[in-house]
Amino acid sequence: MKLKQLSVFLENKPGRLRELCALLAENQINIITLSLADTEQFGILRLIVKDYDKAKTLLESNGFVAKLTEVIAVELDDQPGGLSEILSIEEASGISVEYMYAFVIKSGEKAVLLFRFDDMDKAVAALQQANLPILDSVELYQRAEG
Amino acid sequence: MSKFVIENRIWDKEESLPRGELKALQSAKLRETVERVQNVPFYKEVFSRTGITPGKIQSLDDLQRLPFTTKADLRAEYPLRMLAVDRAEVARYHGSSGTTGKPTMVAYTQNDLKTWANLCARFLTGGGLLPQHTVQIAFGYGLFTGGFGLHYGVEHAGASVIPAAAGNTPKQIMLMMDMQVDALVCTPSYALNISEFIIQNDIPRNALNLKYAHFGGEPWTEDMRTRIEDEMGILCFNNYGLSEVIGPGVSGECAVRDGMHISEDAFIVECINPETLEPIAPGEEGELVFTSLCKEAMPIIRYRTRDIASLNPEPCACGRTTVRMSRITGRSDDMLIIKGVNVYPSQVEQALLRVKGTAPHYQIVVERPDRKDVATVKVEMTEESFSSSMKEMQELKDKIGRAIQGITGLRMNIELVSPNSLERFIGKAQRVVDHRKIV
Ligand SMILES: [Zn+2]
Repeated sequence: MKLKQLSVFLENKPGRLRELCALLAENQINIITLSLADTEQFGILRLIVKDYDKAKTLLESNGFVAKLTEVIAVELDDQPGGLSEILSIEEASGISVEYMYAFVIKSGEKAVLLFRFDDMDKAVAALQQANLPILDSVELYQRAEG
Repeated sequence: MSKFVIENRIWDKEESLPRGELKALQSAKLRETVERVQNVPFYKEVFSRTGITPGKIQSLDDLQRLPFTTKADLRAEYPLRMLAVDRAEVARYHGSSGTTGKPTMVAYTQNDLKTWANLCARFLTGGGLLPQHTVQIAFGYGLFTGGFGLHYGVEHAGASVIPAAAGNTPKQIMLMMDMQVDALVCTPSYALNISEFIIQNDIPRNALNLKYAHFGGEPWTEDMRTRIEDEMGILCFNNYGLSEVIGPGVSGECAVRDGMHISEDAFIVECINPETLEPIAPGEEGELVFTSLCKEAMPIIRYRTRDIASLNPEPCACGRTTVRMSRITGRSDDMLIIKGVNVYPSQVEQALLRVKGTAPHYQIVVERPDRKDVATVKVEMTEESFSSSMKEMQELKDKIGRAIQGITGLRMNIELVSPNSLERFIGKAQRVVDHRKIV
């Protein structure tokens, strides 16, 4: 039920992000979604791509530090209240969110929320118990490709 | 410039002995030192390995037959295997930072402490100290020899001490004003901070009674002297020393201020080529090497200081006959002095090794933006140390910072950088980038 996210270390130098995107595009690696967390000095780029192993090798051979990290994807109707429901479930189980980001899938009616929790297994169990729709990788790629 | 004019005073007759007499004195004391080091296993072993018996060392001409002592030797004998006396006879210990986590420990007997205080009183007197003066010491008091060495030197000269210790600039200035301090002892870069604070806070010059300052603990320049003298209206004197040899008191400037007189009755100085180890002609730069002549607890033979300077044997207008050394212009190793603290790049490496997953690829960048040294360590990321969580990344930076502070005693900024982004020369990274302009 957990997905692989490709996390990349980005030094805050001009052109670094563009360089990375160009590299993935040249190699026909489609970015399903991404999120960038940054400080004055460096950033952490979190990518969802189908060919994460290929992308990781590609980035590494081009001098990036890349790492696979597990995240959880939850599908929700694109309407208010969904996120707060998830957060209260996790809070009740004593789990905290390290980071999260979201994207709207092609049909436009549903949103996918991606989460990294401090305790991933416990988080999955809590979400399953609440009957929330957790997407596996096949489902996620299907949604993304519409 | 200062309106203050210093009287030319000489503290000890040993400072102005005829050269022949001085050399005879040095030869006699060298023989004693060679006898004394037979109590030190390290030297005993060195003597037997090289086939030198103490009897073969009769005069200064024989000095070059003796092997050098290096910082690595002292480290290998950590903490106290270089002691030439029983521990019961030791009166005090000091230490200096080493290339790795451990300091180099040095020891003093009661007699050593008297010798040391006298050597400090000697250079302080050469640089204006009178018994009626009040001296503020803004050096660290601790393992570092600066604070205690100067402290007892001032007292020995009959003057009075304010042991302000390092830091807290407003308080330093308050004490200088309220106590009408005559002289300041600190590092030259700290004096720049003090001066800047005085200017920024519009403290009138006549609120202070400061006449002169004695600076040591780090290299500085003539430009820096001019600047501090102009800004503060005082005279600045340079002094030199290192704990392995005794601490401050190895040499200091006289009123002429053209080189630091080395107390040659207490030390033999040599200047060598750090590559070939051959002697260097007077006036030319080389590495200074010292042999102690009157230390009991830890006598040292031909200690390679790694400090680069030149020697001037010409007689000085002040009347002293001792040889003068120039300012330290560099190092023959990679030691850095940051905020007056000795730092070796290998200490940073040691610290990184303690933080799981960090690469041994790093670079230390030193700058002096507002007259204060700022050191930044750039650390290359690895897959192991990298995390997708910002919190964990901040924790990594903190962990590296704490490890470095634990070993060097200095707080440094940590910057995480991409792998292979640090400049490398012939496969070897350039460990240090020093942007400081010492002016
Ligand atoms: Zn002189």
